[in-house]
Amino acid sequence: MTTEASRIGFGDSEEFEHPDTVSIQAFGFWIYLMSDLILFAVLFATYVVLGQNYAGGPTGKDLFDLPYAFVETMLLLLSTAICGLAILAMHEDRNNLVLAWLAATFLLGLGFVSMEIGEFRGMILAGSGPSRSAFLSSFFTLVGTHGAHVSFGLLWMAVMMGQIFRKGLTTPVRSRLMRLSMFWHFLDIVWIGIFTIVYLTGVL
Amino acid sequence: MFGKLTVQAIPVDKPIIMSAVIGTLLLTLLTLALITYYRKWPYLWKEWLTSLDHKKIGIMYIILALIMLLRGVSDGVLMRSQQAIAAGQSQGFLPPDHFNQIFSAHGTIMIVFMAMPFLIGLMNIVIPQQIGARDVAFPFMNSISLWLTAAGAALVMVSLGVGEFSSAGWSGYAPLTEKTYSPSTGVDYWIWSFQIAGVGSLITSINFLATILKMRAPGMNLMRMPLFTWSTLFTAVLMVLAFPVLTVALALITLDRYLGMHFFTNAMGGNMMLYPNLFWMWGHPEVYIVVLPAFGVFSEVVATFSRKRLFSYRSLVYATAAIMILSFSVWVHHFFTMGAGPNVNIFFGIATMLIAIPTGVKVFNWLFTMYRGRVRFSTPMHWTLGFIVTFVIGGMTGVLLSVPPADYVLHNSLFLIAHFHNMLIPGSLFGFFAGFYYWFPKATGFRLNERLGKYAFWCWLIGFYLAFMPLYVLGFMGMPRRMQHYTNPDWQPFLLIAAAGVAVILTGILLQLIQLALGIRNREANRDLTGDPWDGRTLEWATASPPAVYNFAKAPTVRDIDAFTEMKERGAAYQKPTRYHDIEMPKNTAKGLMIGGLAFVFGFSVIWYIWWLAILAALGVLLAIIARSVDDDTDYVVPAAEVERIENQRHRLLASAATTDSADI
Repeated sequence: MTTEASRIGFGDSEEFEHPDTVSIQAFGFWIYLMSDLILFAVLFATYVVLGQNYAGGPTGKDLFDLPYAFVETMLLLLSTAICGLAILAMHEDRNNLVLAWLAATFLLGLGFVSMEIGEFRGMILAGSGPSRSAFLSSFFTLVGTHGAHVSFGLLWMAVMMGQIFRKGLTTPVRSRLMRLSMFWHFLDIVWIGIFTIVYLTGVL
Repeated sequence: MFGKLTVQAIPVDKPIIMSAVIGTLLLTLLTLALITYYRKWPYLWKEWLTSLDHKKIGIMYIILALIMLLRGVSDGVLMRSQQAIAAGQSQGFLPPDHFNQIFSAHGTIMIVFMAMPFLIGLMNIVIPQQIGARDVAFPFMNSISLWLTAAGAALVMVSLGVGEFSSAGWSGYAPLTEKTYSPSTGVDYWIWSFQIAGVGSLITSINFLATILKMRAPGMNLMRMPLFTWSTLFTAVLMVLAFPVLTVALALITLDRYLGMHFFTNAMGGNMMLYPNLFWMWGHPEVYIVVLPAFGVFSEVVATFSRKRLFSYRSLVYATAAIMILSFSVWVHHFFTMGAGPNVNIFFGIATMLIAIPTGVKVFNWLFTMYRGRVRFSTPMHWTLGFIVTFVIGGMTGVLLSVPPADYVLHNSLFLIAHFHNMLIPGSLFGFFAGFYYWFPKATGFRLNERLGKYAFWCWLIGFYLAFMPLYVLGFMGMPRRMQHYTNPDWQPFLLIAAAGVAVILTGILLQLIQLALGIRNREANRDLTGDPWDGRTLEWATASPPAVYNFAKAPTVRDIDAFTEMKERGAAYQKPTRYHDIEMPKNTAKGLMIGGLAFVFGFSVIWYIWWLAILAALGVLLAIIARSVDDDTDYVVPAAEVERIENQRHRLLASAATTDSADI
């Protein structure tokens, strides 16, 4: 995901422009996000198909704690807003501010993942694990895939903070930071879908 | 320590499998010994395995595809010979379980490890040159794609000697693939080889979308792109949209098998009908993923060898776009008999029939391109003509099958087998061969013997009709697919004809291998000095054969659809630039190879439940990706003086070719 796009352009500046590596990288990343969105779309569809198959086990009404999920949502939304601030600070070339905002984003994201793990743990301990029914299989897979994405994003963010710390805001680092921010916003959008389709409709 | 893996996993008691294993091992060892004997390891490592050059990655893809083609054909030979003899009292030589593994492996290999690497290989060699670029947008990701595909192929090959392959068909329908009904490792081999190669294909599609949309030479607007570039673009769109669905379908089956979840199980609320829907939501676009690039090849070949501009370029582009869109709305025709109801079935039936219209448009475009052209009957042109005739027959049987009531009768019979081989062999394999022979001089710098190539083509064509036309008849006679043994003696004569057809195809393959071996031996005598052996029309023929690492010293300016023809007519084809510049190119890296190797280890250890090794391999992949992602020093510079030296040498070759004048076939 953070792979370098080639800087292999045509150097003859009299006639042709050097292809803009940063924009090619961003474009490639947009395409990746689209394909990832398809992946989530299929998981959503699976959840909608299997979401009522309780097999005599607990239903969404029994399991979901709406205030808990709401706090999770707020953590993630706030982290994304702060991630936006980090990008604004990047455009102003303020290294330390970028680092500070990213650290805040990281902590909020970590809070989100911890809450999700706590929720999963409670459900599994209560005997409502993913193998209990098709409903729970699809629930754990959809929400868990999102959680895995957020965890991967956290790892990426840690790597980026290390890079900013050591290299400063060089052009490649900026390009990578831009894509990390795109990824983070994307996960937000997917979560809004999960909150609506899984949790809200689940408790209704 | 080693999970489920024990010495018993090696099928020493099965002579047929063991001879295949020993044969494969001996061939591999012989290859490795030869490389060591000629001290080619450093060359192989530096010039090939760690290379990020799109042309070399393309060639490696095609080598992989050809090796897997031989494996897939061997499976086909086994099936045809088993069915030729296993009538009445005779049980043939293959036990049922082995027969089931063979047809499962045959389908998986031919689609995922033959067709996909072949088309991606052609794209890699051609696309950057055809759009006047120096490489793909993400050269490192290209290397990862290659090695992930190779890792998947290696898993399939290993399943031959360690454990077994799936016996549940290449499409792996649930609940047969659930743990309850397939407890052995076979299905796991199928899952992980498929999944790992699928990720590779997904990365490739992102790469080519970015390359084509962002890196075209100046002047090449969309409506000036060559048809192969167009069809690659459409294929990449299909891949980006379809492969995530496959990823999920396989992941859900994996979760069912490994963690006891209930997506496709019979009990606990699982819905097995969800699986064919997910699988074919990828599977049908996949058909077009392997067919559209071949259509692109045919378009290039027809125009070049008719010495004419493609008839109605615009309608060809729109027809291909229409096929791309329609391909997402027909997946249910793979399982009309699931019983979704007449309204659902007729929607998908009509959508399927509609695809015949843009495909027909394309066929007429190719025919009208040849009409009043000066057609040269070269090897690529032979494959193209063979395709047009054969593909139309297969298309018509497809329209037959798209009528749901007819499908209820023909479903699961040999008629279906005849139909899709009648589509995919001419529609994709013939296209890949046409592309292989068309671009062979470009990729390697020398030409192959035309006469042997044509003989091989005729063997393939005649063999194809002998092998598959009887299957249509057998379908009408009611013979189901995938039979290890049958009692109806009326079927046997047709199966004998089919087996004879396979023998003719094998002769064709043998001729191709001889042609390749002779070509390599006599390569000095058959050098392509000009880089333009066929009088080509598109930009890839403007470079040397084989092209310099940077393809173009100076970006070509495109003024026409047939950019290179226009340059030749204007006399601007081989002009030296006033001065040369430094060129930045991607450095070699072993990380792509490492990631592929670790993915193989990961797949193998997950299949055998060796968890510690799986975790280590996954961590290794993660570390390799992180290490690459923080690396800012990934390019090197070809100095202007070096570029000038390479280009001067090229111009000397051009001059010597002009005096000997061997440009025409």
